[in-house]
Amino acid sequence: MVENRFYLTVLTHAVLITGVFFLCFPVWMALVASTHPASALSSTPIPLWFGDQGWENYSQLLSGGLPEAGGVPVGQMMLNSGLMALGITFGKIAVSVLAAYAIVYFRFPFRMVFFWLIFLTLMLPVEVRILPTYDVITKLGMLNSYQGLIIPLIASATATFLFRQFFMTIPDELVEAARIDRAGPLRFFWDILLPLSRTNIAALFIILFIYGWNQYLWPLIITSDESLYTVVMGIQRMVNSGEQLPVWHYIMGTAVLAMVPPVIVVVAMQKLFVKGLVESEK
Amino acid sequence: MQKRVVFRNTWLPYILVAPQILVTLVFFFWPSWQALESSFYIEDAFGFSREWVGLRNYTELFADPGYLKSFRTTLIFGLCVTFLAMSISLALAVAANRVLRAATVYRTFLIWPYAVAPALAGVIWYFLMNPSLGIVSYWLRALGYDWNHYVNGEQALGMVIVAAAWKQISYNFLFFLAGLQSIPKSLVEAAAIDRAGPGRRFWTIVFPLLSPTTFFLLVVNLVYAFFDTFSLIHATTEGGPADATSILVFRVYNTGFIGQDYGSSAAQSVVLMALVVAMTFVQFRYIDRRVNY
Repeated sequence: MVENRFYLTVLTHAVLITGVFFLCFPVWMALVASTHPASALSSTPIPLWFGDQGWENYSQLLSGGLPEAGGVPVGQMMLNSGLMALGITFGKIAVSVLAAYAIVYFRFPFRMVFFWLIFLTLMLPVEVRILPTYDVITKLGMLNSYQGLIIPLIASATATFLFRQFFMTIPDELVEAARIDRAGPLRFFWDILLPLSRTNIAALFIILFIYGWNQYLWPLIITSDESLYTVVMGIQRMVNSGEQLPVWHYIMGTAVLAMVPPVIVVVAMQKLFVKGLVESEK
Repeated sequence: MQKRVVFRNTWLPYILVAPQILVTLVFFFWPSWQALESSFYIEDAFGFSREWVGLRNYTELFADPGYLKSFRTTLIFGLCVTFLAMSISLALAVAANRVLRAATVYRTFLIWPYAVAPALAGVIWYFLMNPSLGIVSYWLRALGYDWNHYVNGEQALGMVIVAAAWKQISYNFLFFLAGLQSIPKSLVEAAAIDRAGPGRRFWTIVFPLLSPTTFFLLVVNLVYAFFDTFSLIHATTEGGPADATSILVFRVYNTGFIGQDYGSSAAQSVVLMALVVAMTFVQFRYIDRRVNY
């Protein structure tokens, strides 16, 4: 801080507190609403403090789900989300670390062609080409399966570029030393490169886990089998459940459950998360 | 681009890139090619036959007032989300950069919404603004403002804008904060010695030096608003009322999966792909020039 002015300090904290309030209030209301019985949410204004139905609501949701929306237990949906998120995360990291290794440490025909093929995928979000991708999945018979949920999303230009950038900063002497010691390329990769990339992999893990967990459109079109629903996508069935009025205390409970795992990951591994986010986008 | 010292092996590199290239070809290039191809055909609803129609899907698209309106909606939506999310997060980042005490606490409370899926952000705001029981709409009514996003299209658009911006603030905040921290203190101190006040210092030194970050975020936010908010809209307003919140990505989905009009949906995909490619190009071409000091 350059100078100490009282009004500026007050203003600073006022801005921050307003910001924190704006960001936290919606989720606070979701938490509060999820602990009330349906009757408490039918009269305005709705309560701003917790009710006593929290335990009942959450256990109903986790084990029984919402009868109005097909009754898929939220616990089951969260398990699916977790499997999908972990599959995408590990898949992406494995696939892109290998590709980056090949592109940086080998000289081979068509290297640049491969590089540009990967680069172009940066530009094509799933949302944009949703229908033809769905056709491809149908042709491959991957509808309603974990492979269908995971494999199409594991190609990632971002992760490949992050690893490429990181490998470029690793001193050449390491390769020379490895070669003098007669270590082959796979040995070098496994014993030197991977251990050096540990922090990067961990940081990327957080970003990719959140990306995978929060997928929406993909599970929406790939799964028609209720036992494969993911939670972020499943909540939509509760909100737009046709004729009936939405059951808000259950919906908010589901929303809270759906955001708990990624939020925990971000808050618990804050330093790594910030590093991963800011560096992967550079 | 590449190491000076490399390994020599004729087949290993191909095996290493194979998984990524395979997935890319099958799930990126094949579908994109199909989109391009089927945008020149009209297919019957059962997919039994199709007819080559040249550019008719495109000309019909741009003659369709609904599609043009959707372009306008997308533009308004994108610009509002970007402006709102960026200005709020810049203010927060400048404030967070100033505090010495409790900085980590503030930061923790400001970054966690990054982890919230856009769909969930949408659903929660949908609940807060629900005309009959939402607390925000209750407050608005107390202020004499009648809120009902089920019938009022502008209010529905306003609601999805707020929800989309709310989710994006954390992301922008982190990048602005990183940008602010990389500005040399000596410049700001020199200006202070020359008796430039805090406001003056911000607008003449800090803000211009921040322009690479600002520009980067501008593109990222627009891309986010144009494409990643599909789930937010699908989980809440479903494009309504009366197409008031039907942005382009939502329309692609709606035309294809609900309307079963594959040709038109494919043409819309191609238009969107062109848009993304253009935006990525702008980002890479101008990010190092123009906005560097």
